Amino acid sequence: MERMAIGTLSYDAAHLLGALVLALSFGLLSQRRLGPVINAYAMQAIVLAAAAAWQAHVQHAPELYLTAAVALGAKGVAMPLALHAIVRRLRIGKSVETALGIFPTMALGVALVALAVLVVLPTTTQSQTLARDDLSLALSVVLLGLLMMISRRTAITQVIGFLSLENGLILAAVSVNGMPLVVELSVAVLVLVGFVVFGVFFFRIRAEFDSLETDHLDRIGSGHR
Amino acid sequence: MIGFEPWLVPLAPLAAALLLGLVSDAALGAWIAIAATGAGFAASLLLPSTMGAGTYILVDALSAHVAMLTAFVGFTTALYSRRYIARAIASGALDAGRAREYHVLFMTFLGFMLLALLSNNLGVTWVALEAATISAVLVVGLPRTANAIEASWKYFLLCGVGIGLALFGTVVLYLAALPALGPGYDAMSWTALAHAAPQCRGTLLNLAFVFLLLGYGTKAGLAPLHGWMPDAHAEGPTPVSAVLSGSVLNVALVVILRVRGIMDSNADALAPGPPIMAMGLLSVLLAAFSLWGRRDAKRFFAFSSIEQSGVAAFAFGLGGAAVFAGLLHMTVHTLAKSAVFQCIGLAAQRRGSQLFAHLGGLLVSDRALALTLAAGILAIAGLPPFGLFASEMLIMGETIRRIPLLAAALGLGLVVGGWALAARLITLCLGAPPATPPIGQPTIWVSLAPAWIHLALIVMLGLAMPQAVQAWLATAAQASQ
Repeated sequence: MERMAIGTLSYDAAHLLGALVLALSFGLLSQRRLGPVINAYAMQAIVLAAAAAWQAHVQHAPELYLTAAVALGAKGVAMPLALHAIVRRLRIGKSVETALGIFPTMALGVALVALAVLVVLPTTTQSQTLARDDLSLALSVVLLGLLMMISRRTAITQVIGFLSLENGLILAAVSVNGMPLVVELSVAVLVLVGFVVFGVFFFRIRAEFDSLETDHLDRIGSGHR
Repeated sequence: MIGFEPWLVPLAPLAAALLLGLVSDAALGAWIAIAATGAGFAASLLLPSTMGAGTYILVDALSAHVAMLTAFVGFTTALYSRRYIARAIASGALDAGRAREYHVLFMTFLGFMLLALLSNNLGVTWVALEAATISAVLVVGLPRTANAIEASWKYFLLCGVGIGLALFGTVVLYLAALPALGPGYDAMSWTALAHAAPQCRGTLLNLAFVFLLLGYGTKAGLAPLHGWMPDAHAEGPTPVSAVLSGSVLNVALVVILRVRGIMDSNADALAPGPPIMAMGLLSVLLAAFSLWGRRDAKRFFAFSSIEQSGVAAFAFGLGGAAVFAGLLHMTVHTLAKSAVFQCIGLAAQRRGSQLFAHLGGLLVSDRALALTLAAGILAIAGLPPFGLFASEMLIMGETIRRIPLLAAALGLGLVVGGWALAARLITLCLGAPPATPPIGQPTIWVSLAPAWIHLALIVMLGLAMPQAVQAWLATAAQASQ
């Protein structure tokens, strides 16, 4: 593996791609309409694929190209297309319903990123520079994904939050030097999760309720407690 | 290196899952499930004689013990499922297609749980647990009612997030082990990590521990991440509740116990005990008070599972001699709780409802069932002569010796929880039966036999634990440290 230090191309490019993934997490949070949310997710997955491919090049780890291909094909193209199709077919309202306004969510997001940096940097003082920066970027993406799941009302936006959280996990996994096995397996499993979500839940929920509002679901459950 | 035998344990149910996908006959499917889980259980009994660690498989006393327990509960649950599913089909609650789905998903779930237990690679453990989660999510949603779908949705979201955090923790743990073990499989293997723990980077271990505890803690049903438990238990098919309560919690607790061992051997890492104890104690107290006022029987016993999982986690956090007690507690609780869920499932089928209001007066309508259920509930409440009395006494004793103040809190939780169980026991057995007559024939011994086997084992563990079993559990407790 080439030695990575601040100022070298390998470091700068990796850092730039990681930061772009994080920026797109904010993009997800800032959108008020469902279409652009899905597009922002697709962009994030494509940048993630580029980050994985760059790591494959830098680490001389050809198996990471596979991860990149899966991220590009499944998360960058197939899932967004499917999400768009679901929105069209189920005639889901085009606006994002928020439990918390856009501005407070963004402010909380910034706070979470600061938290991630504060948590990761002191723990990794002796690590290679790249790993620690990427780890804080990845942790930020994970936390922003969680925030999106909490602050959005409809099932579909919660699922996009979950998928974006997974992007953060993959970003962490690919940027760690020579991590075996997990990348391929986890990607396979994550794609599986995606299909479970689409195939089973959405159509079932639609069949039962004519609506993807999770609030609606909560009300039904409360009768039994 | 170790031979192929340990592979048989997870592969038997997984192969059966593939086969069951092709079998449309529900009765035949149930027998295939019984044969496969029986074979898996038989293979698991060979585990103590094939101990060792390979690249992918780890058989030490801890994994062998919990794998035997899981395989055993899987086997008795398959036995129980045969009649349960047949009755569900007869009553129209499930159709033949769903019954097939049920068997396939149940076998997949069980197989991946066993794989997670026996894996020597954190990555494989994670993937197996993730796959088990997906099949469990699908099986919980199987009744296709609005509530079942809500439950599986909640289960999926919470456990998906939990398992995501666990993966992040796994990546960080690998990063922490890199300086000690270098890139490659070693830095992800439980055995290599346990040996190299003192050389791992302590600060990174701390970060990994937080994520692993939160992630696997979700799967262990520990507060404040327990939200999926009551819904998933209440709405899924009852045999699944029996297995969920036992095996998933155990697998997650075993992972936490192993991580604890790694943290313990590193001088720079924070002490793992207090956070685990805090989550355990919080679960005990929260669940004990939540037990009061539940109207749904399966939801009630799900809260009880959260409580017992909390007790085990507390013991594991306490460490030392309490780990032995925690393992005993986990074992006995798994056996008792699956017996109780089996009985509740039968009672709910008889009455057509799982609300306490409709389950009263079982002693009049189904004497054998009511007595079995009563024994199971007394066992969970921690009363002698059952094994939970022994394990809770051991844990309390150890707590009083080391941290007396916490013993008061733990004792309060156990008493409040036990009291709620006793109150419900009286409703179930002696309460007023509903006006409508019970559905179908009275419960026969075939349906109750699995629960009787479980209860007999618990009595044995409580009254006269054989020397060999005690030594075996002590070895298992030792293996984690």
